Amino acid sequence: MWSLIRTMWKVFLHAFRRRVTILYPDEKPYLPPRWRGRIILTRDPDGGERCVACYLCAVACPVDCIALEATEDPHGRRYPEFFRINFSRCIFCGLCEEACPTYAIQLTPDFEMGEYHREHLVYEKEDLLIAGPGKYPGYNFYRVAGLAIGGKDKGEAEGELPPVDVRSLMP
Amino acid sequence: MNEPFRSFVVIVGVLGTVLTVSAGLIWLERRLLALWQDRYGPNRVGPFGLLQVLADMIKIFTKEDWIPPFADKPVFVIAPAVVVVTGLMSFAVIPFAPGIWVVDLNIGVLFFLAMSSLGAYSVVLAGWASNNKYALLGGLRASAQMLSYEVFMGLSLMGVVMLAGSFNLREIVEAQRHMWFCIPQVLGLFVFIIAGIAETHRLPFDLPEAEAELVAGYHSEYSGMKFGMFFVGEYIGVTVISAMIVVLFFGGWHGPVLPPVVWFAVKTFVFICFFILLRASLPRPRIDQLMAYGWKVMLPLALLNLVVTGAAVLAHGGAV
Repeated sequence: MWSLIRTMWKVFLHAFRRRVTILYPDEKPYLPPRWRGRIILTRDPDGGERCVACYLCAVACPVDCIALEATEDPHGRRYPEFFRINFSRCIFCGLCEEACPTYAIQLTPDFEMGEYHREHLVYEKEDLLIAGPGKYPGYNFYRVAGLAIGGKDKGEAEGELPPVDVRSLMP
Repeated sequence: MNEPFRSFVVIVGVLGTVLTVSAGLIWLERRLLALWQDRYGPNRVGPFGLLQVLADMIKIFTKEDWIPPFADKPVFVIAPAVVVVTGLMSFAVIPFAPGIWVVDLNIGVLFFLAMSSLGAYSVVLAGWASNNKYALLGGLRASAQMLSYEVFMGLSLMGVVMLAGSFNLREIVEAQRHMWFCIPQVLGLFVFIIAGIAETHRLPFDLPEAEAELVAGYHSEYSGMKFGMFFVGEYIGVTVISAMIVVLFFGGWHGPVLPPVVWFAVKTFVFICFFILLRASLPRPRIDQLMAYGWKVMLPLALLNLVVTGAAVLAHGGAV
């Protein structure tokens, strides 16, 4: 009996506690920078697309919500012909971000993606691509990679030594 | 003002007030529960979410009112009406303030007990007519609970009746001019509150509904406004019991400074909040615990209270 009265008193005292509810639409909750929300495609600092259409994200995706097709520009840079994410399937696991070798695909702290029509949840490349570099500002894949593209031959990347002639006997 | 017109005004006033208050309790309960659980509760529709009740009403009126094909139709339809009618009938005998009562009945206490007994039919019939095992279990529990708690609910009031020397609720209130009966009848008050919670099958004694085990108990099959009637009936029950606690134990309209009606309303409101606090804080007992508690603890307590009060009244030589 005493415990019941004590319980009631303790519950009553909660009337004077601070309320923990965040009144969401008026007051936005804090989302950490690494929050796994809406997926974006980023560009390198020079404004070129980072995505090299390697399909690793599509392979890593456990729900198969990413579809893309690779193509090449005249300089030999690979990029996706189309890039489609079906957000009605996406589980925001972030595996695509971890699989991406060029920091192109990134998850952002944004979850307000509600739609009245399910078709509207299928995001095309123009919906996904942003103007900036996202979470990795300085990174440019083609500038550090040893791949030869138009305007940059082998050995000309940052920190890369000139290629070695393996058939030569000279030191 | 001539007499028939006056009583008509009072009846309409009481009906309107009670129904509005009962509907408003839905909002109040949600807000208070939220307050005690460190939440906000409904605060979107209108100021402080007050229009939530209106939104709920629109929703519940426009919902499909479905009668299951396997149900006993006439009984199924009548059952929810019974709880509202008996609840509202109880208000007929409650004196709100000097001169404000629907009927000045000389057996007011008995009428109230009779109406709350009839209210049990609603739950039992609903459980039976639904033709559903969970509803029937809810109905069974309700009948067992309400019958056993009614026994000492009546007995707990007999002390008050002895002290006041009348079954008339108005005279009971008049008798509390100098001392509220909650002081000499503290045991009776305690027993009556517990019996009252069980009568209205409110938490923690909501075993007939017990959503964790019985879906929704006796109203599992009800939808639309029929479900709404049970809902409103429950809140009318809460209001009736709170009003009765005030009339029988807390001096009804008596109080300094403020007008009598305000005192009555304030006291009733406090007890309604107390009912909600009980819901917020206490867990539900098992049905066997409930029955054992009723028959082995509360009934002897009520009888003890009756005997002691009787002895005291005799020693003082008649009504105190």
